[in-house]
Amino acid sequence: MSATATSYDDVVARYAPVIGLETHVELGTVSKMFCGCSTRFGAEPNTQVCPVCLGLPGALPVANASAIEATILIGLALNCSIASWCRFARKNYFYPDMPKNFQISQYDEPLCTDGWVDVHLDGSVHRIEIERVHLEEDTGKSLHVGGATGRIHGATHSLVDYNRAGIPLVEVVTKPVPGTGARAPEVARAYVTELRDILRALGVSDVRMEQGSLRCDVNTSLSPVDSDAWGTRSETKNVNSLRSVERAVRSEMIRQAAVLDAGQRVIQETRHFHENSGESTSGRSKEEATDYRYFPEPDLVPLAPDAGWIEQLRATLPELPSARRRRLQGDWNVSDSEMDAVHNAGALDLIEATVAAGASAEDARRWWLGDLSRRANEAGVELGELAVTPSQVVQLAGLVAAGRVNDKLARQALSGVLAGEGDPEQVVLARGLEVVSDAGALGIAVDAAIAAAPDIAAKVRAGKVAAAGALVGAVMKATRGQADAQLVRELVLARLDQG
Amino acid sequence: MTDLTGMTAAVLAGEIAAGHASSVEVTQAHLDRITAVDDKIHAFLYVDADGALAAARAVDERRAAGEALGPLAGVPLAMKDVVVTRGLPTTSGSKILEGWIPPYDATVTTRVRQAGIVMLGKTNMDEFAMGSSTENSAYGPTRNPWDLARVPGGSSGGSSAAVSAYEAPLGIGTDTGGSIRQPAAVTGLVGHKPTYGGVSRYGLIAFSSSLDQAGPLTRTVLDAALLHEAIGGHDPADSTSIDAPVPAVVAAARDGAHADLSGLKVGVVRELSGDGYEPGVLDVFAATVRLLTDLGATITEVSCPHFGYALPAYYLIAPSECSSNLARFDAVRYGLRVGDDGVRGLEEVMSLTREAGFGAEVKRRVILGTYALSSGYYDAYYGQAQKVRTLISRDFAAAFETCDVLISPTTPTVAFPLGARIDDPMAMYAADLCTLPASLAGTPAISVPCGLSEGLPVGLQVMASALADDRCYRVAAAVEAALADRDGRPILAAAASL
Repeated sequence: MSATATSYDDVVARYAPVIGLETHVELGTVSKMFCGCSTRFGAEPNTQVCPVCLGLPGALPVANASAIEATILIGLALNCSIASWCRFARKNYFYPDMPKNFQISQYDEPLCTDGWVDVHLDGSVHRIEIERVHLEEDTGKSLHVGGATGRIHGATHSLVDYNRAGIPLVEVVTKPVPGTGARAPEVARAYVTELRDILRALGVSDVRMEQGSLRCDVNTSLSPVDSDAWGTRSETKNVNSLRSVERAVRSEMIRQAAVLDAGQRVIQETRHFHENSGESTSGRSKEEATDYRYFPEPDLVPLAPDAGWIEQLRATLPELPSARRRRLQGDWNVSDSEMDAVHNAGALDLIEATVAAGASAEDARRWWLGDLSRRANEAGVELGELAVTPSQVVQLAGLVAAGRVNDKLARQALSGVLAGEGDPEQVVLARGLEVVSDAGALGIAVDAAIAAAPDIAAKVRAGKVAAAGALVGAVMKATRGQADAQLVRELVLARLDQG
Repeated sequence: MTDLTGMTAAVLAGEIAAGHASSVEVTQAHLDRITAVDDKIHAFLYVDADGALAAARAVDERRAAGEALGPLAGVPLAMKDVVVTRGLPTTSGSKILEGWIPPYDATVTTRVRQAGIVMLGKTNMDEFAMGSSTENSAYGPTRNPWDLARVPGGSSGGSSAAVSAYEAPLGIGTDTGGSIRQPAAVTGLVGHKPTYGGVSRYGLIAFSSSLDQAGPLTRTVLDAALLHEAIGGHDPADSTSIDAPVPAVVAAARDGAHADLSGLKVGVVRELSGDGYEPGVLDVFAATVRLLTDLGATITEVSCPHFGYALPAYYLIAPSECSSNLARFDAVRYGLRVGDDGVRGLEEVMSLTREAGFGAEVKRRVILGTYALSSGYYDAYYGQAQKVRTLISRDFAAAFETCDVLISPTTPTVAFPLGARIDDPMAMYAADLCTLPASLAGTPAISVPCGLSEGLPVGLQVMASALADDRCYRVAAAVEAALADRDGRPILAAAASL
């Protein structure tokens, strides 16, 4: 399909997006969902398997109580109702990475329903409604060998690792989210970020998108801005980072707009997102919907969590990210939009740690949202991945506050820290970055500058104080920027009888 | 048949415990019997002579060392091939599992081994337990020792034939819609389907998960009770296993043997008689009702109006569950693989394997169940059948308000000839007419021989409420004792010698 080049601004001027997110979370339980096998990541293929998770004839599942508990905690944290009675269901389809050729999941009786979570963007709040949170088992992992892309197309054969088969998987499904307009991609990203932070606070998953323990499918549809009816949606899979969530929505909006502009219809399909290109390609069409032949799993008894247990679990909920942000916002005395900026930059933990290590909230925020954010962006990494610790940031701020380095020198010191040259103090010493504020030492440089430019010195003496800047610049150059500029200026003026 | 193969399990265990016979002698006698007669019967798919003798030796050594032995230690057993046995081929009667050696034991197998019971081998069955004649086995039919031209029932026909032919004193069967009780009835044995959840399903190759139960097939009620106690009880590996003690079935069997049923209220189920029931079977059943009166029981007729819908409900639920349970046989991880030439794709290999590996009846039920679960049909078929199931349970509950047990013939007919029904599925399905209600309700039921019709055995089915398995055993033991007293010999003694 030939997509006419359309700018994003043009797309959102004419079309309204509706987004929806399905997020799969691998729980961090010690054992699998329906057997005692380990869930450790990265083991040799097919070493963490047993008759149950291999689907051997005769083997039966037994539900993992910790996984059920974790799912209820997630439901509570997302303001859901917890079912007093529900069942697992079999989702039937043939695929070799699914040992039984059915997945034990939940269908019309999920454990948690009807919740919500608020996401904050530049001081405004978007409420994302949660349709359901349910528990299921993960599949094995197929490795397609011999093709160019690692995908099944063109592969000569496939290998299957069942270590992942049966790892507890929670699926969090939002209701469709309309009305976000041009901000849809950012809202999508902010939602997944918020969800990730909640899951991390609950301690139920290591939420590592790059390892697949948090996986996101993004549904997107467009309709003309003046239309009440929603458009046909596509589902984009393989969205493996927060940044990709935003990119996937954005690129899908642009793609669908081009399809609609060309007078064609959007096909209901699964699309595959490519991290490198930022584009997606068509996967299987969902026009002929697979019939999963769901029915209640007869090998398991119904789940009936009693109200007392649910309240006990509710009482164990830790401080959730939104409450924590409110607390820190008060502590740091910043505005809503400043707080959102901190949050959306992924700097909350770092700033909190930096403040805890002794910096002022203002300094911590200035460093992390300023120079450090810029460097992270340039390097294409998350803030937390930069090779600098909160206590090193505290040192940097301290050096500036003491006047031992100016801002420019501090940035050079930071470069040294990031290059692995040690703590800021060590870098400043090793690179000789300290501001020269010894009047005696500077006096020699000032005298030299005056001697080298007698005409300028004469102008200053004659009262043209503005001309002194050239002499200050000469001194700064001679001291390779390490002089205290204010002090230099004072010395120049004093020498030329203008002090 | 030697002296040793003619003894009941209880007697053999006593002989072994007393040192009058070793388990090795007993086991060897049964292995010899298998060698002598199984060419005619074809009860066994696999005989593990070495393993059996090793297990027997272990029991003899433990006895010699003065260890306390269980009540069936050293006694041989025939295991239905649907039960997973570590290191022994397990096929479930299907080509699709030919050559598969399980790496684990079913809980039933573990308990049999722990009880010191000696597993002789694996017995023939209808493929994946689907059938009532054992003719649906991929490995050829089993014959009824009473008449080699007739079927031994099914699907546990290998175990019923092995025990009635004195190849083993104990047999394990599984019952989904009657697959223990119906073979027991047509081979003159005792067969009990425990309360659903009474015996672990872990390691039974699933046919219909919400119905499958393993249980004993034996020549006496006491032997059945002893085996039931050995394999029953809670198993954390089966979520549907009941966390309650095994009903006191051995005590009930001993108590029933006094043939006194004074005060017992027995209900005759009106709907389990009439059209399709052989007159000879109904005559024997009527005589048995009179016998129960003589033993002191009060007889009333009860109506269970929804039992008539048991068969259609069963043939929606069981196929639906099996269509999902059998999906795992796909050539990827174990068992048969057809057409994997390096050129064909995965789906084609799966398809060719399932086409070649499954027999006609299995395919029929997988297709039926796939259809019944399909979107748009689910409510009309699977959903409706589940409602019928609830109504049948309510019929039982109502009947058990006034009755201690319910009775019926176990089967509408005596053993039918091989080939008679194999091309007529509806006629084959009708063999389970009387056994299906208790399967759908998850309640216990026993079949005990109660007479002969045309020289072939007829079974009495005794049904009780959930976890009241002991009542089934008590009534069955009373009937067994009274008939032995009347005839001077057990009914099985009327069978032809091989």
